[in-house]
Amino acid sequence: MASPNDLQFQEFDEAADLLSADPEATTLSVSVTSTRAGGEDVKLDLTDEEEGLPESLCYSSKNLLGGQKSQGGFWTFEYYESLFNVDTVQVLDRVKGSVLPLPGRNFIKHYLRSNPDLYGPFWICVTLVFSVAISGNLSMFLTQMGNPAFHYRPQFHRVTIAAVIIFMYAWLVPVALWGFLTWRQSADRQVKGYSFLETVCVYGYSLFIYIPTSILWIIPFEWLRWMLILVAMVISGSVLVLTFWPAVRDEAKLIAVATVVAILLLHTLLAVGCKVSGSQ
Amino acid sequence: MAEEEASRPFAGLSDVSIPEDIPVEGDISVPMGANKRDDEYSTLDEPVKETILRDLRAVGNKFIHVLYPKRSSALLRDWDLWGPLLLCVTLALLLQGGAADSDDQGGPQFAEVFVVIWFGSIIITLNSKLLGGTISFFQSLCVLGYCILPLTVAMIVCRIVLVGGSGTVSFVVRLLVVTASFGWSTFASTAFLADSQPSNRKALVVYPVFLFYFIISWIILTFSPSH
Repeated sequence: MASPNDLQFQEFDEAADLLSADPEATTLSVSVTSTRAGGEDVKLDLTDEEEGLPESLCYSSKNLLGGQKSQGGFWTFEYYESLFNVDTVQVLDRVKGSVLPLPGRNFIKHYLRSNPDLYGPFWICVTLVFSVAISGNLSMFLTQMGNPAFHYRPQFHRVTIAAVIIFMYAWLVPVALWGFLTWRQSADRQVKGYSFLETVCVYGYSLFIYIPTSILWIIPFEWLRWMLILVAMVISGSVLVLTFWPAVRDEAKLIAVATVVAILLLHTLLAVGCKVSGSQ
Repeated sequence: MAEEEASRPFAGLSDVSIPEDIPVEGDISVPMGANKRDDEYSTLDEPVKETILRDLRAVGNKFIHVLYPKRSSALLRDWDLWGPLLLCVTLALLLQGGAADSDDQGGPQFAEVFVVIWFGSIIITLNSKLLGGTISFFQSLCVLGYCILPLTVAMIVCRIVLVGGSGTVSFVVRLLVVTASFGWSTFASTAFLADSQPSNRKALVVYPVFLFYFIISWIILTFSPSH
C-alpha cells in the first residue's frame, strides 16, 4: 500500500488504481467542514483492512501542523475543544452505529476514525441517568396507582444513585480495559492499541440503547421488561465485542475469551442493576 | 567700565527682549475642579432609589424580552445575573413545602434546586463554548437563567391549582401548563443562543438546553403538596 508520504496530495484517478490493487480496502472519504472561523477543514481518511492504521490528514487553515487533536496539555481549554470537534451529522451517525452493530464494522475504526469525541458519551450518560430515574419513578407510580395508601413521592435520590453508578461505569471500566490492553500490547504487534479516549467513546455510545429501553420499562409487564433488557444487552454487548475482539484476538485464547467475557459481564451487571433499582 | 560690568553681572541683559515669534511651550494645569465635568457619569451621588430602580428596570426589560422572544440582542448585550438569581430563588422557595420535605425520599431541597439550575447552566455553557460558540460565558448564563421565567410562572400557576385540589383534573391542567411553559422556555432560549453557533452544530447545542428545561419541568410537575 502507499506509504504515508504518498498520501499527501492524491489525485482522484489514483484512487481507482489503489482500489484495483487492493479491492478489500475500504473507501476513501473526504469530508469538508467549515469551521467557525470560516477556515477550510479537509479530512482525508484512508482506512485499510482491520490491521491497518487509520491515516487521516487534516488540513486546516488554523492548524497547519497537520495534527489531529490534543493541542496543548490536558489542562488547556484547546485540548477539550478538540474533543468536541463533531457535527450533528457525525453524532447521529455514531449513535446509529451503536444501535445497529453490523458484523464487519468495528465501531472505532468505522465511525470514530481517529476523531473520538466526549460530547456523545457525556450527554448520553446524563440522559441515561435522568431517564432511568424518571422511568423508575413513573413505573413505581403506575404499579401503585390503585393502592389508596400510596402517596406519590418524586424520589430524587434515584438521580444521585443512578448518576454515581452510570458515570463510574462509563469512566472506570474503560480505564481498566484500556490499561489492560495497553499492558498486554507488545511492541511488535501490528494493531495499534486503542487510545483511552476511543475506549471511553465506545463505551459511552454503547450505552445509548439503554435510553429507549429505560423509557419502555414504564410499561408494567414483567416479561416485556426482561425481553427489552435482553435485546438491549445483546445489541450493546455486540458493539463492544465487535470493537474489542480485534484488539484481543492476537492474545492467547484464554486471555482473549476471558477479556471478552469480562466486558460482557460488567455490561450485564449494569443492565440488571438498572432494572432492579427501577422496580424498587 | 569693566568694574561696572563686573559689579552688575546681569546689567548687559537689561535691554534684551524676547522676540515674540519664539513659541513658548508648556502646560500649566491646575488640578482643581476638573472632575466636575464627569458628573453626568458619576453614579455615586444619586439617590439610592434611583440606583435600585435602574437595575430593576433593566431586569424587567429583559423579562419582557423573554416573554416575547424575538431575535434581539438586548439580553446578550447587557447581561446581568440579577434576574436569574431572582428567578432561581423564587422557584426554589415555591418548591418548598412539599409533602416529601420531611422524608428523605423526597422532593428537592432548596439547595438542590439551586445546584441543579446553576450547575446545569454552567455545564450547558461550557458545552456550547467547547462546541465553538461565540457567546461569552456570562452571556450564556444570563440567557439560560432568564428563560426560566416561564417555568417560574408555571410553578405559581401550579401552586394555585393545587390549592383547589390534587385530583386528575388538576393534574391535567398542571401538565398542560408545564408543557406549554417548557416549550416556551426552550423556544426563547434557542432564539437567543442559536445564532452564536455554527450551523452544523446547532442541534448539538439545543439538545442539552432541552434536557435542562425538561428536568426543571419534571421537578415542577411532580411537586405534590403536603396534606
